[in-house]
Amino acid sequence: MKDNNPVWNFFASVKLALFTLSAISITAIIGTVIPQNQKFGFYAHQYGDTAAQLIRVLDLHDMYGSWWFLGLLGLLSANIIICSIDRFPIAWKQMNADQSALAIGKIEKMSLSQRFTPGRKTAAEDVEAFLKEDGWKVSSKTSGDGTVISGQKGAVSRMGVYIVHTSILVIFLGSMIGHFFGFKASVFLPETRVTDKVYAAGHRSAIDLGFELRCDFFTIDFYDNGMAKKYVSGLTVLENGQEKFTTEIAVNTPLKYKGMTFYQASYEGYKDFVFKLTDTADGTVQTFIAPFQQQVEWKEKDIVFGVVNAEAFRDHVTRIKVWFKEGEAKPVEFWLDDNGIQEIASTDGQPYTLQAKQMYATGLQVAKDPGVWVVYLGFFMMMAGLYFSFFMSHKRVWVVTGHGAEVLVAGSANKNKVGFEKIFGTLTDKLKNKLA
Amino acid sequence: MDSSQLIGITTFTYLFSSLLYVGILVFKAERQLGKAATFFTLAALVIQTVGIGLRWYESYEMGIGRAPLTNMYESVVFFAWTIVAFYLFLEWKFKTRVIGAFAVPFAFLAMAYASFSSVNKAITPLLPALQSNWLIAHVVTCFIGYAAFAVAAGLSIMYLVKDGAGDNIRPGSILATMPALKVIDDITYKSMIFGFIWLSAGIITGAIWANSAWGTYWSWDPKETWSLITWFVYAVTLHVRYTRGWSGKRIAWLSLLGFISVLFTYYGVNFLLSGLHSYGSN
Repeated sequence: MKDNNPVWNFFASVKLALFTLSAISITAIIGTVIPQNQKFGFYAHQYGDTAAQLIRVLDLHDMYGSWWFLGLLGLLSANIIICSIDRFPIAWKQMNADQSALAIGKIEKMSLSQRFTPGRKTAAEDVEAFLKEDGWKVSSKTSGDGTVISGQKGAVSRMGVYIVHTSILVIFLGSMIGHFFGFKASVFLPETRVTDKVYAAGHRSAIDLGFELRCDFFTIDFYDNGMAKKYVSGLTVLENGQEKFTTEIAVNTPLKYKGMTFYQASYEGYKDFVFKLTDTADGTVQTFIAPFQQQVEWKEKDIVFGVVNAEAFRDHVTRIKVWFKEGEAKPVEFWLDDNGIQEIASTDGQPYTLQAKQMYATGLQVAKDPGVWVVYLGFFMMMAGLYFSFFMSHKRVWVVTGHGAEVLVAGSANKNKVGFEKIFGTLTDKLKNKLA
Repeated sequence: MDSSQLIGITTFTYLFSSLLYVGILVFKAERQLGKAATFFTLAALVIQTVGIGLRWYESYEMGIGRAPLTNMYESVVFFAWTIVAFYLFLEWKFKTRVIGAFAVPFAFLAMAYASFSSVNKAITPLLPALQSNWLIAHVVTCFIGYAAFAVAAGLSIMYLVKDGAGDNIRPGSILATMPALKVIDDITYKSMIFGFIWLSAGIITGAIWANSAWGTYWSWDPKETWSLITWFVYAVTLHVRYTRGWSGKRIAWLSLLGFISVLFTYYGVNFLLSGLHSYGSN
């Protein structure tokens, strides 16, 4: 579609697309070879001072967010928009064209065609009904020359390419929405603690959640070789000090609340321990944090206890040695598996239950991305557009009657012509039988 | 019979069928060797399928329980599987066996690499981040794409060899047995389209999985970036047809460039660069 405007032609050209895609691809390689988002000192150390300065100036340390890379993406977007506007009207016309308006002379010249003499007079309505039953979209036109009845399937496949290209723009839009209206942050939340803030990626500034989040517990299982197998955090959401709900999250199953999503990303083991003591006499339960080798008191029950020793595999504790003394009684010492439970005899005959585990902080990644569903829409459009473009074909058939004694049947498809020939053959045979 | 024995049988059978296909090409022995070549390739594919399934089962026996798609060894074995499956599909659809000599050897080389290199063949447990159903969708879609691109690359080699001979093709020679340049070009193009669609699905499933696991669907990680570069190379290839002057020869070279990008995305990133995807470096 040639316009007389050279600027328009430039932006509507496929050559520009080839250039832009190639430029994006080649420059993208740089960011995979030069580590991104490191401090100046890192680059100076790796590549020397001059190179590090150059990297800074050209924004190569954050190249995917740099003005020139985003400029290339913007150029690609403009290219897609103008190419589409340039070519769409014709495709739309082709899709909606009345196929029965095609000149009979042209239909006669089609390579895929058959003629036969019908056994009886052919009414256009019969042919229309026949085609409709077979799933074709039908239209017909009668002129002095004869009647043309046309059927088509899959015309929408011509829109496939526009859907694919628009989907790229939708994905870009979604990522911009996420960038401007969302955030990425993280927080380390120790067991039993509460937070109402998370810390933005990069500059670490605090973001108010508008509610409070408490880590009730963190458990981790390991494989025999010491690798992490599974870790789970118990979280409670509090609004104005009131508990709203409690849930558990693990890697791949995050918590979604008020437009924010909390992902189980990592953890940190502390040299502190979480104790849960239960007095079976009256059912009271109390939770304590006991730093390693420091004494802790339960004043109401006149109990002192603490962790005197621990066995660990790298930084996770496997066994805990507990020291426990009630009132003036003789203190007891025992080893406990991490997260194990021990019953301790009491002076009043009703034992205490003690549960001890290493204290962890759960590492949460927090994201707010209002654009994510726009991006997913783009993904869906991309796959649908590709399907329409490459797996659907625009099939058309024409039946001409009243133009001589014979009935003329012709067909055409813009893809998978071999397959279409078979379909055409079957259709013509059926029509022959019907009109016999 | 355990999975590694079955994989071993598969490797040698692919070697044998590669030789049969080369024989068909060199000695024009389609009539004599054709059915045998297809039979042995299909048989090896079935044995390999059982072997992969058995390895999946064995992981449950070990208390780990996961699909055999997560380390370099398993992914290379699966890559070979997808190449053969895709090739057999092409053979059935286009009714020609000469392509076999350019496709099945890729599968054999992949299996040989898996068996004889120093990659870790043990069934190792998964990090929590990999324990997701998206893993299967993401790995399978990517590898079907890679396989189609591999076969397209093989076809491009065939194209360039035949094109290089120009008009000097002796009737009755190997080059004469190969399909016409236009036919090779057509099948190559269709393979690239098929690969492009599956790679798109692969990148998309990866992004959705990343978002559900880490809260971000795209982080310009080297693996992600390289998969996008590969996607762009094939996107460019699909578009050059609309520009005059881009003959089948240039498209064949683009197909080879694309496959080099595939190899770097699959293999180079894991070993030469660092990032989220360095799972394969053992």
